Amino acid sequence: MLTYLRKRILSSALPLVVVIVGVFALARLTGNPATLYLPLNATEQMRADFTARMGLDQPLLVQMADYFGGVLKLDFGESLRTGESAAAMALRAFPATLQLAATTMVLAIILAVIVGCWAALKPNGVADRISSFVSMAAASIPDFWLAIVGIWIFAITLGWLPTSGVNGSEAWVLPIATLLLRPFGVLVQIVRGAMVSALSEPYIKLARSKGAGDVRIVTHHALRNAAAPALTVAGDLTVGLVNGAVVVETIFGWPGIGKLMIDSILQRDFAVLQAAVLLTAVAIFVLNILIDLGYALLDARVRPATVKA
Amino acid sequence: MSTVTAAETTTTDRSLPVVLKVEGLNVDLRTPRGTVRAVDNVGFEARAGQTLALLGESGCGKSMTAKAVAGLLDPIADVDGGEILLNGTDLARLSPKQRRKFAGPELGIVFQDALTVLNPVYPVGTQLGEAFRIHHGLSAKQAKEKAVDLMRRVGIPEPEARVNAYPHQFSGGMRQRILIAMAVALNPKLLIADEPTTALDVTVQAQIMALLKSLREESDMAVVLITHDLAVVAEEADTVAVMYAGNVVETGPVADVFAGPRHPYTKGLLESVPVNAERGAELNSIPGSPPELHKIPSGCVYQDRCPLVQEICRAERPKLLPVVPKAPAAADGATPRAAACHFSEELDK
Amino acid sequence: MATPLVQPGHQPPTSDALPEPAAVPPLEPPAAEAAEAADKRPGLFRLLLRDKFATAAAAVLLLVGLTAVFGPALMGDLATKQNLLFANKAPFNPANGWEYFLGSDSLGRSVLARLVIATRTTVAVALPAVAIALVVGSLWGVWAGYHRGWRETVSMRVADVIMSFPSLLLAVVVLYVFNPSIANIVLILALTRIPIYLRTARAESAELQSRTFVDAARTFGAKPNAIIGRHVVPIVLPTLLTLATLEFCYVMLAESSLSFLGIGIQPPDVSWGLMVSQGRQYLQTAWWLSIFPGLAIVVTTIAANMLAAWLRIATDPAQRWRLALPRKRLIARIPAKTVEGDK
Repeated sequence: MLTYLRKRILSSALPLVVVIVGVFALARLTGNPATLYLPLNATEQMRADFTARMGLDQPLLVQMADYFGGVLKLDFGESLRTGESAAAMALRAFPATLQLAATTMVLAIILAVIVGCWAALKPNGVADRISSFVSMAAASIPDFWLAIVGIWIFAITLGWLPTSGVNGSEAWVLPIATLLLRPFGVLVQIVRGAMVSALSEPYIKLARSKGAGDVRIVTHHALRNAAAPALTVAGDLTVGLVNGAVVVETIFGWPGIGKLMIDSILQRDFAVLQAAVLLTAVAIFVLNILIDLGYALLDARVRPATVKA
Repeated sequence: MSTVTAAETTTTDRSLPVVLKVEGLNVDLRTPRGTVRAVDNVGFEARAGQTLALLGESGCGKSMTAKAVAGLLDPIADVDGGEILLNGTDLARLSPKQRRKFAGPELGIVFQDALTVLNPVYPVGTQLGEAFRIHHGLSAKQAKEKAVDLMRRVGIPEPEARVNAYPHQFSGGMRQRILIAMAVALNPKLLIADEPTTALDVTVQAQIMALLKSLREESDMAVVLITHDLAVVAEEADTVAVMYAGNVVETGPVADVFAGPRHPYTKGLLESVPVNAERGAELNSIPGSPPELHKIPSGCVYQDRCPLVQEICRAERPKLLPVVPKAPAAADGATPRAAACHFSEELDK
Repeated sequence: MATPLVQPGHQPPTSDALPEPAAVPPLEPPAAEAAEAADKRPGLFRLLLRDKFATAAAAVLLLVGLTAVFGPALMGDLATKQNLLFANKAPFNPANGWEYFLGSDSLGRSVLARLVIATRTTVAVALPAVAIALVVGSLWGVWAGYHRGWRETVSMRVADVIMSFPSLLLAVVVLYVFNPSIANIVLILALTRIPIYLRTARAESAELQSRTFVDAARTFGAKPNAIIGRHVVPIVLPTLLTLATLEFCYVMLAESSLSFLGIGIQPPDVSWGLMVSQGRQYLQTAWWLSIFPGLAIVVTTIAANMLAAWLRIATDPAQRWRLALPRKRLIARIPAKTVEGDK
């Protein structure tokens, strides 16, 4: 298993490197930040000094070498805006997003499995049609619009929930509900489809011929086999959650890494942007490894081959 | 001229108790072209310690009959009338929940394709032990011990080591043994074997059939063997029910039926076996092919391929009627023969 | 993440009871039933009409398409004409005339008219993006899956890299650098969606390599491109088209998000997402400014989702029969007349 792990880590490292370099390049393309942080009447000399001090006048390759050196030392430089260590800012913002994303995903998976299994037991029955429509609607509603509607109904009109911020558990409700809907909708469809497939597999007949009841069929036999496609999609969705988090954090003022990234782009704060993006990329990378491990645990056929009988 | 001879040791003792009695069974199938009848008024008996063969071509409804008996029909198929009496209880009248109690302890079924039918994500031992956990409430550990015993019973070497292996790690023959083991785990009174050897080599076939026979003798099971292979029927079965286009066309002890068939279809089948063919001579075959389910003719189902067809065949579907053997040397306790043909008498030489 | 999204299976139906086509048609007996008409399998369009939801979905999408093409001409300058007399009117008030049926904004512009214009913009971004991604991704994927080896590995790595980066972020960064013109938005959205087609097409193409008919074609000396074009593409196409329908939703949502954040469609152009963003500050006073555009997005997306779900089944020959089954209640059995009745 360890060799498998090592292989997977190595093969996933490449995308990670490309992402880091890519962000470096793109960030440089947003223009010379000197123009943003100096007053309009700044002299050429001040600009030149600023550029030299920030190392932005060096050839790109030298800048990149500095950058990689810094990455390995976990030093991303300081924020151009606040002077704080970029790494520190990113790390401070990360947990808020992580909590939001993790809670959302766990809730989405649990709810989707329940609803998906229930729908799959009688394909094209009433339960199936209802859940199909609901999940489709859930996957179709744009998160920013839902957030706005949510705020309008629950915060402004009814006053039950706050419009923004992180204070108290009520503040979690709208952000999570908004973020949850799309993954839930997609997962229900996937789980239902995978369960219907699994339930029509021949081994279900075999289990029935031994006298297995509905509960055992669903939980013991079908679910195990349906888990794999659900797992893939859950992994993709978690990446998509980052997208969602950007929007949701912006609307609700949630101090997470998504908001940090948008802010740093708008303010041309290189160091913070790079730190934030790298942190996100590493998190996704770790998630993928975990998902692969999950596959291997679930399905023996995927594991590195043992001797055939 | 029949060129297939039945084995000498088959028994046709009428005193053996009837385990399974199917009568008037109909199964409807919903297809894009409408609802068709896939199994029509089918009836047969299986006795303890004997093997009944359901013989017919692909698509004749024998598999569907077996599934109807086992309660494992697909959602597009419905039983539309008939009785399925297992030791007196009519399975067709039971609710799915009640029926589930029979699956395993009373009725076992061996499926055709072992690889697809075994759950790929669980070890073989878990799957073997499942019936015990469901019906006897055993713990996982106890069920595993039972699984090892089962594996030994069907002749799988090194069961203690192999019990944790996965289905894809076994050969085809071994997998089939596992399926058989699962079916007989709780010593059912009736075992249905759906083409258990079709996907296997000839040598492995023989081993599997031998295993089935010994298991049958151990616990006096009734075995219903679904097959299209005449040789297997001749070797292994005691009685046979020949099916065509969803109908039973002939029944009786294998030896008698094969020696003197009373239905043109059975006769045609037997004559198609190329055992004594001479090189250069044309092989016999029945011209044409079975009718599509939504185009089954009224009247005799075999009319389009029958060499003896007359007007009456097209007008009236022959019922499955007893056949009186010309030579009453057939012992008093013998299983009766029946054929569904207006001209079954003519076929008796 | 090596495995692609769930693919429709190419396995035959699990029931072994489907009637097998007779090689030689049986002789027609004199007492034949007049059931020949029932022999015709329903065509794709009839199949669509059987499913009310799918038909409704198709109708909605058709309406959206027609609005995008003809709507702006019908609306004239209603969308841009400012009329302060009618500012901030609530919707559903017939007294204001049909132009203001969905209300007006702070400048007196008709929300209905703006919605129609926005339809064109939204569709004009989503359709080309989907088309480009579909063509590029699919061809690339089929090619990679056919040749296997390093071509496949490299292609998959590229797909992984693109997919491992949150697309919204990529779009935001890129559009910040280059101006957010419609062309740029289309291109960046297409780029972020190419991996989906790439993976799916590659997976199907690679799976087909192991099929005997491809080997057979190779034995006949067919060139790779011919094999790809004649054998692989027709099998892969239905899956890809279904995917494209789903992708239409995703791209539309993505463009809306970008416009909402201010990095997408820029004023004076208008898209649904931009309208939602512009209405945000008036939520308490003029809720209709944000709500209606959002509803438009929701309805269109749901319709596309539904149609895609139907397409998934209808275009897979192994699954299509499910749509044509008679309902359980209406049993119209083809009668086989037995003179003496059943026993």
